[in-house]
Amino acid sequence: MSIEKKPMRHVHVLASIFCGLAFFPLAALSSADYKTERGISEYKDITEKQVSRKKLSPAQELKRSTTNHADLEELQGPFNSGPEVTRACLDCHNKAGNQFVKNKHWTWSYTHPTTGQQLGKSVLINNFCTNARGNEGMCAQCHAGYGWKDDSYDLGNQENIDCLVCHETTGTYYKTPTTQGNKACSVMFEGKPPIDWVEVAQSVAMPSRKNCGTCHFYGGGGDNVKHGDLSSVLFQPPREVDVHMDAEGLDFSCTTCHVGEGHEWEGSRYLMQVGTEAEDHKPGMPRETASCTSCHGDSPHETSVLGLKLNDHVDRVACESCHIPEYARGGVATKTDWDWRTAGKLKNGEGFKLEGYTQGDGTHRHTYKSIKGDFKYGENLVPEYHWFNGVMSYTTIDTVFDPSQPVLINAMNGSGGDPDSRIWPFKPMHTVQPYDKGNNTLVYMHLWGEDADSYWGNYDFGNAIRVGMEKNNIPYSGEYGFIDTWSYWPLNHMVAPKENALACQECHKKDGRLGELQGIYLPGRDANRWLDLIGVLAVLGTLFGVLGHGTIRMVSAARRNN
Amino acid sequence: MPVRKIMVFYRFERFWHWTQMLSIVTLLITGFEIHGFYSLFGFDDAVQIHTWTALLLITLWIFATFWLLATDAWKHYIPTTKGLFKVARFYAYGIFLGEHHPYKKTYRRKHNPLQALAYLALKIGIFPALWMSGIGYLTYGFWGNGVATEKWLVLIALVHTAAAFAIAVFIIAHVYLLTTGHSTIEHIKPMITGFDDVELTEEEEAFLLADEPLQIKKTTDST
Repeated sequence: MSIEKKPMRHVHVLASIFCGLAFFPLAALSSADYKTERGISEYKDITEKQVSRKKLSPAQELKRSTTNHADLEELQGPFNSGPEVTRACLDCHNKAGNQFVKNKHWTWSYTHPTTGQQLGKSVLINNFCTNARGNEGMCAQCHAGYGWKDDSYDLGNQENIDCLVCHETTGTYYKTPTTQGNKACSVMFEGKPPIDWVEVAQSVAMPSRKNCGTCHFYGGGGDNVKHGDLSSVLFQPPREVDVHMDAEGLDFSCTTCHVGEGHEWEGSRYLMQVGTEAEDHKPGMPRETASCTSCHGDSPHETSVLGLKLNDHVDRVACESCHIPEYARGGVATKTDWDWRTAGKLKNGEGFKLEGYTQGDGTHRHTYKSIKGDFKYGENLVPEYHWFNGVMSYTTIDTVFDPSQPVLINAMNGSGGDPDSRIWPFKPMHTVQPYDKGNNTLVYMHLWGEDADSYWGNYDFGNAIRVGMEKNNIPYSGEYGFIDTWSYWPLNHMVAPKENALACQECHKKDGRLGELQGIYLPGRDANRWLDLIGVLAVLGTLFGVLGHGTIRMVSAARRNN
Repeated sequence: MPVRKIMVFYRFERFWHWTQMLSIVTLLITGFEIHGFYSLFGFDDAVQIHTWTALLLITLWIFATFWLLATDAWKHYIPTTKGLFKVARFYAYGIFLGEHHPYKKTYRRKHNPLQALAYLALKIGIFPALWMSGIGYLTYGFWGNGVATEKWLVLIALVHTAAAFAIAVFIIAHVYLLTTGHSTIEHIKPMITGFDDVELTEEEEAFLLADEPLQIKKTTDST
């Protein structure tokens, strides 16, 4: 794996600010894109992008549900807070809380059944904003609960479950950071109209793409930053971007595929289903699945010469490898590279940000932020392909690594020799991020806070790391450095219509998409070199043999005639 | 002994030969594209053309095999050493001295011994290697099982490719040998009209004239 050479982009940035009017590309960055830091994420008002559930006719509405929540006495209010609504929900749905408190959306914790690793947002370190732990004041905006500020949060208190974030359908509900954060960040969420708790409570229904997307499309601090295949385009996607969620077509919600029961949904990337189990949606069969084959079966292509051969791929190649030809499609870019080393530059004593990338839909994206460093983006990107058996191994806070090598934040398990592995497409994410130079571990950073040590607002890595580690009782050598890290995001969404599936020769050629991926004989790429050599020599030998033979015949015939 | 123009390649044989020729050329072109030697049709079109052509050719082979067995024509391919050395010596040496081909077609043997041996090797060696490995590959869905059967796929690829090279070698030699007679046209003509000069015994000639008049040309037509 190669580490990209790091261009001295911050030099360009400075040049553009201080003397950038000289020529066009830098000038474009100069005035309009120079903004003083006022927010810590790429948070934007997304209510416009979220179109709520389609209006149903009274007849459809009647079929859909046995209860009109708007008529319920319990939901007439008044409500002054989320927990008050939750209490009303749990009065009737009196087992829902017991179900939900076991769910990852609530616990932010997951023990991997294969690796035994303790995972989940509450402990993991990624190569975006690095750690939610200790920064819950900001990050818990995307916790399906109310008021997670720090370690003292009571995960047993069911009244803090946020039913609305997943179930409300008005599109007017929103969440804000649970603590204020540095003054530099405090204005970000101002100006929002107050939530009409009665209205949102009465609107509840099964989750739509809007409910899930509000968090999942913005992972990593902005639209499509993290996954590459989950962006705001999927609120109302055209058919070319996602054939299943196509707003004018199948219009699937997330839970059409991520089926589950008891407030548990399949499809976590901590442990994925990569095999080719056949349809299991028949009556009475289990409904805990989120794989392509759970609907399409293990011989999904039509019965034709081509279709049968395509079906032959399923024991080695994941559906996604051919049917997600590119990721970050539809006009919203994904972050591909992040350099924390350049964070902390100030302009007139204040943090600032630059919008140096304009994505397909015309939106400008930040390429530098004082609080985070430099970023790169990409759109319509070709995935990387690896063997994957569904199990991810993580570099956690207690993993000691060799700092001379890039650190794999998560490494996919599997190989060409493993019958349970498939060739899977991934988005690779490269970051240069802080680590504990003395202990060779990753670090928890104290990013969000009103105090003088939080990085966001104070811009001191030394203090932010020391406090981040101390708060969580993690040993810290006191010395930090920066290290290259990679994370891998398995791609599943943005499944293209079949006519846009990958052409065979994208892989079936030399230097194709699969590169040198081992463990398979790939026609068009692989050949027995000795056989080819002998074969070509035999053909050429015969050709020259007969030419020689013919020449001698002609010469001897000419001699005889003379 | 009289030399007469008689029917040596029946209409089915000629159809078989030329269809096989077109099929094999198509298979070679698409096959080596699939193998990665060049890009012409694009991989998926090449695979589909290759597969359809192969299925067509296999069907033809089934009919041809039936025909060979049903008509006793298979006996033309029984290998023999009688005259084999003379033919080999002719191609290696005598041909340069302007000697005449040592083999004369007979009613019972329309191929010279070297030719018969080459065709036999094709029929029982190279063709089966191709269709067996090819059908094995086409039916992967029925027996394939990922890692467990990967080695069989590799073997199939090896056998199929090796046999394809052998066919290519055969074609070059086969086409070249057309030029070794009195004229190339004279060599191709029988495979178009069906008639060729064959040395007959008096009895054979009498039999054909009496019982199979359509399979022997009138004396005026013969040279």
